[in-house]
Amino acid sequence: MMPDVAGDFTVVQVRDVTRHYGRRRALSRVSLECRAGSILGLLGPNGAGKSTLLGILSTLLRPTSGTVLYGERTAHEGGDGLRAAIGVLGHDLFLYADLTARENLTFFARLYGVADAGRITTALERAGLADRADDRVGAFSRGLRQRLGLERALIHQPRLVLLDEPFTGLDDDSTARLTARLASLREAGAIVVVATHDFETADGLVDRAACLANGRLVPVAEGRGRLRERYRAAIGSAVP
Amino acid sequence: MTSVIAAAWQIARKDLRVEARSRELIYTTIFFAFSCVLIFAFAFVREGQPIPNASAGILWITIAFSGTLALGRTFERERQSETLRALLLAPVERVAVYLGKLLALLVLLFAVEALIVPIIGLLFDAPLGRAPLLLLALLVSGTIGFGSVGTLFAAMLVRAQSRDVLLPVILYPIVVPVFIGGVQGTSAIFADEPALAMAQTWLAILIFFDAVFVTLALWTFGPVMTE
Repeated sequence: MMPDVAGDFTVVQVRDVTRHYGRRRALSRVSLECRAGSILGLLGPNGAGKSTLLGILSTLLRPTSGTVLYGERTAHEGGDGLRAAIGVLGHDLFLYADLTARENLTFFARLYGVADAGRITTALERAGLADRADDRVGAFSRGLRQRLGLERALIHQPRLVLLDEPFTGLDDDSTARLTARLASLREAGAIVVVATHDFETADGLVDRAACLANGRLVPVAEGRGRLRERYRAAIGSAVP
Repeated sequence: MTSVIAAAWQIARKDLRVEARSRELIYTTIFFAFSCVLIFAFAFVREGQPIPNASAGILWITIAFSGTLALGRTFERERQSETLRALLLAPVERVAVYLGKLLALLVLLFAVEALIVPIIGLLFDAPLGRAPLLLLALLVSGTIGFGSVGTLFAAMLVRAQSRDVLLPVILYPIVVPVFIGGVQGTSAIFADEPALAMAQTWLAILIFFDAVFVTLALWTFGPVMTE
């Protein structure tokens, strides 16, 4: 049975969002919408603004202009309650190398007010780390850490799941496991946003793709052909 | 949602657990503090007799230098796997992150002081037993004052490229009143003719600084950590 997800919103709307770092413009008037029970693939070359957009969606960054609405509320209005409904897996995995897998999960579970100890055991099993639960994370391979990092991000059953390059460093088995996990999140009603360069894996997994180029959103053709070809066509049309 | 105190305790406990595993900070800080005291002992002790009234200054200089070393490393750990971002993303008040980091730092600094103060007493013939509670209160309040500002600045500089250089440059001018209070209060206790009333006055001033610094840090930590 799929777990329920926390959070009272079923749609996230990005409206005309621009973000500057000093004089450099990382995002320019980006608008998009993500709905519950769907996976949005965020595509684009390096430096296109994907991580900045994920940072804004996670409430960690503020847009220079424009708004992000989580249901009816902005990040400021949502406060702590909103952050409790968001799970983030960054390119860095937000894990403490000197703590064990169990201690990492327990620490973040407590920060998110998760009292159910059984959820930590379940998360360890899902990550395939039940037999290494008491090993230090510093001794894990990148793939194992990636799996643990994902479970850390999902320990509080968030409504909005933001993943930055989640397939990096994973072997075929782990990739398949992660793909299945993301599909299960979609079925549970989560809003999943995945920034990735792995078109083969994303193809068939994502329901919709959004492509960023130089901080601008460029249209990706819906549903026709393979994702890589559609991405190339979108990027090609964006380059003058 | 977790309350501020509960979240701060979780963060402090996590930091102390990480330190108990790696022992990186405690060993380097104690080694550094011990080296400082030893160098001062070679410089200021002649034929077995320490220079009068030097011990108070040596004690507080050692606390300042070793504390700065600990401050930088505390946040370096959070930077390595970007775990500071994870803490800021958690549904807890930002001040809980500050209080948790401060609490863990204070435990570490008190542990260092528990080792260094007796050594200073031994090498510089400092009368530690003359007013032990007053000396303890001065050390605790001075360390809180230093740690409260230091934790704020170390967090602010966590993404700065020259953070190791910048931290003491911006920290020391702000915490000078704390060290003046600490040195003066401790000197008043260690003097040949002790002035305990004066030491109490300096303690009151230190407590006032603590109240101001902690309040300002709690007030500013949230906004400065928002990018």
